[in-house]
Amino acid sequence: MPVTNLMTFNVSRMEVMDLDGNVDAGLMPDLSPEQVAELYGIMVLTRRLDERMLKLQRQGRLGTFARVLGQEAAHIGAAYAMREGDWLVPAFRETGSFIVRGIPVERVLQYWGGDEWGQHFPEGSRVLPVSVPVGTHMLHAVGIGWAMKQDRERVAVLTVFGDGATSEGDFHEAMNFAAVFQAPAVFLCQNNHWAISVPYGRQTAAASIAQKAIAYGMPGIQVDGNDVFAVYRVVRDALDRARNGEGPTLVEAHTYRMADHTTSDDARKYRPPEETAYWQERDPLERLARYMRRKGLLDEAREAETLARAEAEVDRVVAAYEAFPAPPPDDLFAHLYAEMTPALRAQRDALLAALGEGE
Amino acid sequence: MADLNLVEAVREGLRQELARDRKVVVLGEDVAKDGGVFRSTDGLFEQFGPERVIDTPLAESGIVGMAIGMAVAGYRPVAEIQFSGFVYPAYDQLVSHASRLRNRSRGLYACPLVVRMPYGGGIRALEHHSESMEAIFAHVPGLKVVIPSNPYDAKGLLAAAIRDPDPVIFCEPARIYRAVRMEVPDEAYEVPLGEAKVVREGVDISVIAWGALVRTARQAAEQLAQEGVCDVEVVDVRTLSPLDTGTVLASVQKTGRALVVHEASRTGGFGAEIAAQIQEQALLQLQAPVRRVAGSDVIPPLAKLEDYFQPSMNLLVNEIRATMEF
Repeated sequence: MPVTNLMTFNVSRMEVMDLDGNVDAGLMPDLSPEQVAELYGIMVLTRRLDERMLKLQRQGRLGTFARVLGQEAAHIGAAYAMREGDWLVPAFRETGSFIVRGIPVERVLQYWGGDEWGQHFPEGSRVLPVSVPVGTHMLHAVGIGWAMKQDRERVAVLTVFGDGATSEGDFHEAMNFAAVFQAPAVFLCQNNHWAISVPYGRQTAAASIAQKAIAYGMPGIQVDGNDVFAVYRVVRDALDRARNGEGPTLVEAHTYRMADHTTSDDARKYRPPEETAYWQERDPLERLARYMRRKGLLDEAREAETLARAEAEVDRVVAAYEAFPAPPPDDLFAHLYAEMTPALRAQRDALLAALGEGE
Repeated sequence: MADLNLVEAVREGLRQELARDRKVVVLGEDVAKDGGVFRSTDGLFEQFGPERVIDTPLAESGIVGMAIGMAVAGYRPVAEIQFSGFVYPAYDQLVSHASRLRNRSRGLYACPLVVRMPYGGGIRALEHHSESMEAIFAHVPGLKVVIPSNPYDAKGLLAAAIRDPDPVIFCEPARIYRAVRMEVPDEAYEVPLGEAKVVREGVDISVIAWGALVRTARQAAEQLAQEGVCDVEVVDVRTLSPLDTGTVLASVQKTGRALVVHEASRTGGFGAEIAAQIQEQALLQLQAPVRRVAGSDVIPPLAKLEDYFQPSMNLLVNEIRATMEF
């Protein structure tokens, strides 16, 4: 019996912009100068916010949180490709995506400050709360996508996760279900190369995350995750495919976590400094700025103005965050069920009585 | 009225909910063309089509995780886990997400889904097909846990579970799927969640049970009545979470004695919770310690030893006698 070739596959990687900010005109997405400036503004704001949040955390004014430094192009470019009506199903390192999707930023701080009300996003935002258990939330994107398809809504679902999440069993189940049901979902892996202290090579022996898509029967593509144009272009195309009923796509944004895992981590313990230096040269924000300078979209004055605007917004956000009142103790019991159970009422009353606040 | 057994009552309940609300969908392994391994979804695929009655890949976490997304987006998914012993991969989705989305988003999102599963032993099945794991669900804030004991309640509780705005674990005692037939109304109706029911009135001792053991408890009660030993009151808990403590306590306060019976293993079983509630709130009415009759702390055995694992009617009779004689 002959041995035949069952399948041959290729995995692509897209880069639109080089390190000096030169772009491939054929691949460059159709973005107006105003949109480019807007993207830049959001990336600057996200970075300034990330820095300020770190200071607040060190001062004890904010809880543990996951920094996004170095990953701005990946999660902001992807969210920028979404349209009205699309759903975002995030993990926990997508602060910039929240900003793009119109979530009041002070809510994000409120959450990391230890108040669940920070995830009570505006009605109709179609953004799910932060999901802390790694790699379990992508299945929800499949279910939402199924529902949108069933409702004949021409919208897509973007779910975001890290390279560590691809080791979880639910990654497999979500990819498989999405492909079987042809769910209008885009799986965006922010491959930042580190799951706390464990490097990419310990998560998978595969040369890319993108190639895993092949086995599920869906397209997969790797993109330079520090190139905001490439991320935008690839995710936009994938979302379009989803909306057009052509099924799910896996996008691997090849990026790097420049900061510690969270504010409770110290990456110096396990990470070689030369690696960080390599990625520093690929800084996504600086790369976009180089492009904009070349195109005459950015000069010193506009840069300073963008920075000042971001700083002012961060000041406003921090003030708004710190003005949120702490939730009252009985809020603890109010959201488990649509209607509070007798046992919860009794426990609430006991707590309030113990606090001297009995009804 | 129709004369239905429990599995037929479940099927009728599903059929009527599917017909009532287009947002209700059934999903799971072999639920569509095959109609479920116990036939509880038989004919639904033919009636409602592949978009409403959905065969999924063989992955429990995937089924429940996908159902969570459907629920968030406005659907009312009814997920079937083929056997309760296979639910463990989905436990993560239930505990980490289904139970928490409302709380996590402070009410912006909810998770109105039902996870149905055949539950308990007595069917001479393979390993993992006879588990009673209600306690690990009842322990989770944000979930509701329902276990019917008869066809009438099964249909009405299932309708209530599907219409409930929160996630409900619906355990169907496989042992009595076909053991009893009873008159079940043709029309749709709800048996409210969170309400226990006194299914046999008595004055001497309260036997608190759920699922298949309600029937065993009633049989024990009849035998003891015939022998003139005592007059047993049987309380069918029906909903373990939220627990109807009021009905349980009222019964025990009346009779002064209580015995909790379940098939799940004893240590950390839900009987411990009920016993604790009784002693906390009805100690002075008690004339005897609250006893538990439960499965031993062993792995649910295969067929040859199964009868030694499950609380039998004779064991129940003896335990009731012992409590009466304390």
